[in-house]
Amino acid sequence: MALLEVKDLRTSFFTDAGEVKAVDGVSFELDRGRVLGIVGESGSGKSVTAYSIMQILAPTGKIVGGSIRFDGQELIGADENHMRRVRGNRISIIFQDPMTSLNPTYTIGHQLMEAILLHTGRNKSEARDRALEMLTLVNVNEPHKRLKQYPFELSGGMRQRVMIAMALACEPDILIADEPTTALDVTIQAQILELMQDLQKKLGMAIIMITHDLGVVAQMCDEVIVMYAGAVCERGTADEIFYTPAHEYTKGLMRSIPRDENNGQRLRPITGTPIDLLNMPRGCPFAPRCENAMKVCLTQRPGIMDLGGSHTSACWMNYKDTAAACAAPEGDKA
Amino acid sequence: MNVNLSKKQDLLEVRGLKEYFDINMGFFRTRPLKAVDDVSFSIRRGETLGLVGESGCGKTTVGRTILHLYKPTAGTVVYDGMEINDPRSLKEFRKKATMVFQDPYSSLNPRMTVSDIVAEPLDVHHLYNGKKEREERVLELLSLVGLNSEHASRYAHEFSGGQRQRIGIARALAVNPEFIVCDEPVSALDVSIQAQVINMFDDLQDRLGLTYLFIAHDLLVVRHISNRIAVMYLGKMVELASAEEIYRHPLHPYSQSLLSAVPLPDPRKARANKRIVLTGDIPSPLNAPSGCPFRTRCRFAKECCAESMPPFNEVENGHFVACHRIGEL
Repeated sequence: MALLEVKDLRTSFFTDAGEVKAVDGVSFELDRGRVLGIVGESGSGKSVTAYSIMQILAPTGKIVGGSIRFDGQELIGADENHMRRVRGNRISIIFQDPMTSLNPTYTIGHQLMEAILLHTGRNKSEARDRALEMLTLVNVNEPHKRLKQYPFELSGGMRQRVMIAMALACEPDILIADEPTTALDVTIQAQILELMQDLQKKLGMAIIMITHDLGVVAQMCDEVIVMYAGAVCERGTADEIFYTPAHEYTKGLMRSIPRDENNGQRLRPITGTPIDLLNMPRGCPFAPRCENAMKVCLTQRPGIMDLGGSHTSACWMNYKDTAAACAAPEGDKA
Repeated sequence: MNVNLSKKQDLLEVRGLKEYFDINMGFFRTRPLKAVDDVSFSIRRGETLGLVGESGCGKTTVGRTILHLYKPTAGTVVYDGMEINDPRSLKEFRKKATMVFQDPYSSLNPRMTVSDIVAEPLDVHHLYNGKKEREERVLELLSLVGLNSEHASRYAHEFSGGQRQRIGIARALAVNPEFIVCDEPVSALDVSIQAQVINMFDDLQDRLGLTYLFIAHDLLVVRHISNRIAVMYLGKMVELASAEEIYRHPLHPYSQSLLSAVPLPDPRKARANKRIVLTGDIPSPLNAPSGCPFRTRCRFAKECCAESMPPFNEVENGHFVACHRIGEL
């Protein structure tokens, strides 16, 4: 049994303009010791998926369907006491912006010890030792001094290390990293990614890596899910996603990033603008931007198709019979 | 550092550019923050020079100081044979050199319509006769960046990030410039939109013969768009070479680690990539190390590196490096 099983998760935000289906039927499993990447552009629902697992959604957001089983236990509908024992203890999260996710009015030491005191039976001085141990683990220099410092006294890379130390203090089974290096420079990003890889091997936890940077995914992840408009459009191992992408959106992404293969050539961008979740098209959500869209794409949403192993894709192009039947490409993509 | 980099086809030449900001240390005491310290380079007509480095290395300040948005502390900017040193030459220069900003959200005035935003440079430089001509020019500019007439009367908040960046580019093109400073123009955009805007920069360069100074921290994007690339560290330029040369054969230890740190969007290559991970953070420019600014994080630093700033020398044809130990490595 997988450590985390998410099945047909649906999360909506109820706004004045109407219901926004931010996550619309997401399913995946995560085993111990694996790194799963979730990629997609802004608004694709990747962060909301993570927040739904942790149940830390904004007040307007609500999980409206599906199941999240963690270690055999259902999390949706679980009482707040149970969630408190899971959050920060067995599943923890690192946020994108290390400045706004640390409390500016407490010292680093206070914030690190808070999680330890809350979730383990340690007393204050033991918690302090543990905090020091964690800071050393994430390569923060002069850990004794750092404990007494406030977040504003640290650099961006250092703050992100503190966030990681805090997330790992209770040895979680799953670490969710929501764009952990987006705000950092490349050389600092390399340090943080290397650190996460080391710790993952040392502690054997599973990681959910949420990012829009395909480079980070290629470096870190065993498996990848690609999201568009709240749904999973393709899922597979990193090699499958990068070398044999099946969904038109994934193919488009691979063509639109500059890399060795297309150096000196013109990029082939995905046309159009990201989707408006309040105005979802009837068929495949990607159809209005897809260069190979067929008639069927505009009217019917494709189901998830098994491509062998763990590789799945929700694209009409993968259904060979359908593709032949609806061979006439749709010229007018209105 | 007095390197003569100028060649005949140079459009813009920057010599010994310095930009120091006074930082208030309390009670009438100030200390200079050397954001840009003695930088010299030139940009050829029709080329794209990429400028890379980590945050705080002074790359944005270089762009802004060239356009005299900040008054240079020292050094000269020569544009097409004309030195920019008085209000008259500056006004002439600003008709030929414009800028595209990083953040498409804060760089457009929310109270102005798109047509007024795009026409503002035309108003400033009196570049039209009558309302009709102004309107025609605005529509022409919008169509150049892939927007249309119905967008002209809307406000910036009605557009997505990619479309806003197009508006910013249309504004930069309004005065028919020859030279554009692009300050991280695609870093705020999603991957799929990024490629659209990069292609647009390419097309505009072909059609209008533009010259770009392209500032960015995404090294794969910079490599794609640039002819030559300059690497900065803590206010100094440490390496300058053609884009291919700097990727295949970086010479400065900082460029080497910077390039090896880029996560490659290719799992097999990423697994095989031997990264040179730098330890520590970039020092504060208020307490810059003596001599070579990179020596505190450099694997090869020796005593000589602490004594003086290495000269910016041409070690191979068109490949400039500032490193004391370049001969030995």
